[in-house]
Amino acid sequence: MPTATKDAAKNTAPPNTAATGLALFRSLTEIRLLEKRAYDLFLQNLVKGTSHLSLGQEAVAAGFAVAMRRDDYTFCTYRGHAHTLARGAPMVGILGELMGRKCGLMGGKGGSMHLTSVPHGAMGSYAIVGAHLPVAAGAAWSAQVRGSGQVAVCFFGDGATNIGAFHEALNFAVVWKLPVIFVCENNQYMEYTPIRSVTAVEHPAADRASAYGLERIVVDGNDADAVHGAAVAAIGKARGGGGPSLIEAMTYRYSGHSRADPAKYRPAGELEEWMKRDPIALYRARLLELGTPEGALREIESAVQRAVDEATEAAKESPPSPLDVIERDVWADGGSSWRN
Amino acid sequence: MAELTYRDAVAAGIAQEMERDQRVVFLGEDVAAAGGVFKTTVGLLERFGPGRVRDTPISEQAIIGAAMGAAMTGLRPIAEIMFSDFLAVCWDMIANEIAKARYMSAGQMTLPLVIRTANGSGARFGAQHSQSVENWAMSVPGLKVVAPSTPADVKGLLAAAVRDPDPVVFFEHKGLYATKGQVPDGEHVDRLGTAKVLRDGGDVTVVALAAMVPRALEAAERLQREHGISATVVDVRSLVPLDTRTILAETVKTGRLYTVEENPRLCGWGAEIASIAAEECFYDLDGPIVRITTPHVPLPAADALEDGAVPSVARIVETIRRTAG
Repeated sequence: MPTATKDAAKNTAPPNTAATGLALFRSLTEIRLLEKRAYDLFLQNLVKGTSHLSLGQEAVAAGFAVAMRRDDYTFCTYRGHAHTLARGAPMVGILGELMGRKCGLMGGKGGSMHLTSVPHGAMGSYAIVGAHLPVAAGAAWSAQVRGSGQVAVCFFGDGATNIGAFHEALNFAVVWKLPVIFVCENNQYMEYTPIRSVTAVEHPAADRASAYGLERIVVDGNDADAVHGAAVAAIGKARGGGGPSLIEAMTYRYSGHSRADPAKYRPAGELEEWMKRDPIALYRARLLELGTPEGALREIESAVQRAVDEATEAAKESPPSPLDVIERDVWADGGSSWRN
Repeated sequence: MAELTYRDAVAAGIAQEMERDQRVVFLGEDVAAAGGVFKTTVGLLERFGPGRVRDTPISEQAIIGAAMGAAMTGLRPIAEIMFSDFLAVCWDMIANEIAKARYMSAGQMTLPLVIRTANGSGARFGAQHSQSVENWAMSVPGLKVVAPSTPADVKGLLAAAVRDPDPVVFFEHKGLYATKGQVPDGEHVDRLGTAKVLRDGGDVTVVALAAMVPRALEAAERLQREHGISATVVDVRSLVPLDTRTILAETVKTGRLYTVEENPRLCGWGAEIASIAAEECFYDLDGPIVRITTPHVPLPAADALEDGAVPSVARIVETIRRTAG
């Protein structure tokens, strides 16, 4: 087993209430089934371009989203379907955006890598590695200035820890004591290259925390309770004026980096090892062990499957985005005029 | 009216807007306690406090990223990038993130922010601290671009930029900081996207920006005096939006169009204006459109070399005299 579990054992979270447990299970299930559907739609060539799935990494998005206040901010990467959904963005808007339909969250103007749903606090998915860390710090600064009590949570991959914006944002956030939580989803690989082969330290995020006066935090990113516990603690600290946190969640992506990547670079057996600790199976077993009736879980599973099916049909029925949006919304007046 | 320097007009513009709107905040390197390396922001920290006027680390990506995050969540930040050359350090934030966020989100996000920066030559700082890079910003959809030439325009256009709901890159010219001019008393707010006709003439139309404006005006006086050529001078002021109506109207009146640009030759802002004029008022032109620019070189440091590279009054006069005939 990779170091994830070894390190994570130190971060055992308090047991969650039954309601929180079910909320986590629902979120995990929604992400898993929606991502599987997104994959199916690629295979049917209904999704063009690229796409980056979070299959295997669901517990990070779910664990944080369940711990957040409705008006908190999420910033995520091009691997952002999970985070956008977890904050409550409608499935039909997500699938529609992937398919370039009018019903898409952004009417087809952003695509898979840029899912955004401001009404749900999903403040954008950013496709330039590391760029959104300073942006999240800025949203946290705004919350600090306005005294709103909001926090910003910023998710990024392990690869982002070696880019300048990561280090600039961390230092800046600590110096200004901003209510922001930086969450590294360490899925072991940047694109095709293992993160450990190009990074000076074992834990690309957590081992850098001390450089910014932050606590070293590593959690088991496949354990929704562990993630949720770390999220509650970090969010509470940020909301209370205690400043930022940096959390490294150890996890694994089941598919390749993007749809173009068959992930042949992974050693034999590695995927299978991680799948033994599948975040959904693990959490389902835990809830059953704690006495949750299996019927309640089955009910969630079938309701979510129905919702995904309905959203798929609705997105397929939605017309393609009309061409008149091409020149809209460059400016706040709705247009794109640059001259008189 | 009061006489202010171009430098003091910056602080006056920021103060006017911070006084009016609590959402306006200001961040940058050395801007608060030190009052700015060009002394453009003296007194703002004392007046508005450390909550709204903040020194940052030397982290241009963090500065611009923070401005973006703050703008999308209810503030109206003004961010300073000390030298416009440093925009390249955070160009991802500006060109990839800020400029595209509203479009990609189909209007879900609004980014009312201003990026102020000291642009251009005159200080003999060499090629990494003296470039004119307004054309970089002009080429990116989603950015408004302003470059004032007088203290009154600094204050008025800065106020307009702060009130504008879209991202504005505001190019101050470091060679103009010490210049003086009359600035209206009380609240002064100008309009983006408006060029200004500063001098009326019947023979040629000269379109200039920022530090090239006073040079174009001086050249016009000499052309009149020494060569009997009467020049209209238009201060473009705003590259995006671009006041093509004024520029084309003034071009049609004389039939001759000259641009005076400090940016290096290729894809300078004047090329876009020349292309528009060629397309839309070709039959009103009496001769070729002529661009007077810095050659396509990085800017040299030595005073004589810098002066030789950037369009001078003498070069403007000579070029127009030679070609206007």
